[in-house]
Amino acid sequence: MHYKGSGNGASPLGLKAAAAAVLFFLHGPVWIILLYAFTTDEATFSFPPPGLTIKWFGIASQRNDFWEALALSLRVAATATTTAMALGTLAAAAVYRSRFFGREAISFLLILPLALPGIVTGIALRSAISLANIPFSLWTIVVGHATFCVVVVYNNVLARFRRMGSSQIEASMDLGANVFQTFRHIVLPHLATALLAGGMLAFALSFDEVIVTTFTSGQQSTLPIWIFTQLTRPRDRPVTNVVALFVIGITFIPILLAHRLSMEREETA
Amino acid sequence: MKLEPFQRGMKELAPAIWLTALRRVQNPNRANLDIVLRTAGMASAVTLSTAMLAFPLAYYMARYASKRIKGFLYLAVLLPLWSSYLVRVYAWKLILAKEGILSWFILQTHLDWLLNALLSAPGIGGPSLSVSAIGIYIVFVYVWLPYMILPIEAALERVPKSLLEASGDLGARPGQTFRRIVLPLAFPGVVAGSIFTFSLTLGDFIVPSALGNSSFFIGQAVLSHQGTSGNLPLAAAFTVVPMAIMVLYLIGAKKLGAFDAL
Repeated sequence: MHYKGSGNGASPLGLKAAAAAVLFFLHGPVWIILLYAFTTDEATFSFPPPGLTIKWFGIASQRNDFWEALALSLRVAATATTTAMALGTLAAAAVYRSRFFGREAISFLLILPLALPGIVTGIALRSAISLANIPFSLWTIVVGHATFCVVVVYNNVLARFRRMGSSQIEASMDLGANVFQTFRHIVLPHLATALLAGGMLAFALSFDEVIVTTFTSGQQSTLPIWIFTQLTRPRDRPVTNVVALFVIGITFIPILLAHRLSMEREETA
Repeated sequence: MKLEPFQRGMKELAPAIWLTALRRVQNPNRANLDIVLRTAGMASAVTLSTAMLAFPLAYYMARYASKRIKGFLYLAVLLPLWSSYLVRVYAWKLILAKEGILSWFILQTHLDWLLNALLSAPGIGGPSLSVSAIGIYIVFVYVWLPYMILPIEAALERVPKSLLEASGDLGARPGQTFRRIVLPLAFPGVVAGSIFTFSLTLGDFIVPSALGNSSFFIGQAVLSHQGTSGNLPLAAAFTVVPMAIMVLYLIGAKKLGAFDAL
């Protein structure tokens, strides 16, 4: 008797149903927020909603604490992403191009912040910042975020370096271009989409980060911290619903774009 | 990835660190030890459940889905992974609320006796699903599930078709082939995924703060000790626990070949 699954034959119905159920479990809950952003109920999370309204969008848009948190989050994410793009590319180039002592250790250390629980990174940074007597500010948050944003860029760029090969760089150098010309005209254009995809994912990660941020921010609150406060001490439920919906919208865009970019990369490669 | 420097370092440092950390965490009573055990237990339960939930979707993606559908499913798994984690936790706060959609559904299906029995169970229950260990468990499984699906899918993708055919030709039933060929080959993927689910659960304080009661998890203990009470050494001692567990876990995972499945 042949194994039923071999070839691209029909899948067992049970498997299909289970896969569909898991997919629903992954995506269903987010749609609930869409519904709740319009509910007229302001004190509880009652279902079905007693009525539908759009007034919360107007009220949320007049909340200064929300706008300040959003502005801080955007500034942190932009700065952390820029830093990560520079450092991640340099690290990837070093690991790809040269053999040096501790090379393996460096790639391991870069990935470590992703593998270690956020509280470990958080408390380590908090202790270090306190020891050095640095006041908590936008910059301490950025440093915290850069620890894991660098990895994302590094991974993307390193993968591209490996695919790129060295013949074009060698040709450029043979034709008399110096290191900077080669970097500008050959290496950078090759890396562009990988950098962009890595950068967007880094931005999405930073925009959403809360654990490390709790340890490295002083009094300021980023948008995730604002939401976290509402999660533990719900005071403005309707406004939170609208903000949650807004955050979903704003994070989906870079993710979908990054995905599209990496798809194109596979097609052209 | 090279782990040797870490192994060597841990071997030298481990006894001293462990003793100091354990002494701090154990004092003055069992409360702190309970926090560690509670968190480790939750991490294990969450890891097992995500592996079981991830398998069918990963298996479908790797073996049956056409190229188009596979691309679509891939995006469907990646999207929640990269999208806002807090908002996804918040969505469950809405769903699990006492007056929320799940309670409504349970009332409609007359299963409220079951819910009440679960909620009155000691240790895992609470006043409502949104303030209970069951709630925390559900949300952890939900938020970390994509981290498990992707490595399992990658591992299954690498199972050669010829092996499955050979197994069938030699007379194995589909169930036998699955148990004796597919599962062992997919296991490194499960281990790779469990690194994420385990580590993320160990260090998280968002979900227990949002859906828990006064029974703390490690992350909450760290947060509260470094914050208001200002006991930074105790907070640091707590973080040693997940770090030590993760180092041992990574060493074990490396032996099982999990890093090839990342």
